[in-house]
Amino acid sequence: MQREARVRIQSSADIVTARQQGRSIASEIGFSNSNLTIIATAISEIARNIVEYAKEGEAVISLINDGPRQGIQIILSDEGPGIPDTSTVMRDGFSTGRGLGIGLPGARRLMDEFEIVSEVGRGTTITMKKWIG
Amino acid sequence: MAVPILKQSQYLIASIQSALSDEDLVKLRDDLADLVGRQRARGVIIDVTALDVLDSFATRTLRAIVYTTKLRGAETVIVGIQPDVAQSMVQLGLTLEDVPTALDLEEGLAYLNQRLAAARGRRL
Repeated sequence: MQREARVRIQSSADIVTARQQGRSIASEIGFSNSNLTIIATAISEIARNIVEYAKEGEAVISLINDGPRQGIQIILSDEGPGIPDTSTVMRDGFSTGRGLGIGLPGARRLMDEFEIVSEVGRGTTITMKKWIG
Repeated sequence: MAVPILKQSQYLIASIQSALSDEDLVKLRDDLADLVGRQRARGVIIDVTALDVLDSFATRTLRAIVYTTKLRGAETVIVGIQPDVAQSMVQLGLTLEDVPTALDLEEGLAYLNQRLAAARGRRL
């Protein structure tokens, strides 16, 4: 049975809960302290996007394997307005909200794998992974 | 969770005790803008030693505090950014270039003393 946590994201307090859950689960498989901070920071950025643009969504945090490699996967999904052109929002400095336009490209830099799927009117799902070693 | 703010001579010291939500950070910004005037503070130290994450919102709010208190006549210095947090901020693309930082409370106090002494020198 793989370890998994689900966090409902509707408020800024939930952003804190999601990143603390991510840190806690990642620590179970021995990520370094600096990687724990990196994982928590990436979750914080994406969870905030959900609160700001979609109002609510969910984070599903789980431990994953790829052969001998261990890692953590975080899926953040919402049923918000969606993003018309995901390549635009992945550029540094692009923002339609109150942000610095750093959230999505910044989170991608922090993680090993980062995938964004979005459909206008249907919502956005971001899957990000970090591997040990 | 609200951040306790202590007064020590002409300085305010905001000592963050635990993880902060966005609302907590915004409240800290508003409290400090107000208290700088009411307490006639000349300097502010924000101790972030206890923070395990400084993301783009937190960074933006800290910068806003520095600018706001400056307009109210006080210098602000951020102290205690942990090594892992600093590395994560750099990877995220956050630098706090225009914000004074110091290693810890002691260095922060030294920085403010120096800034105030320099300001007094200019007035003489």
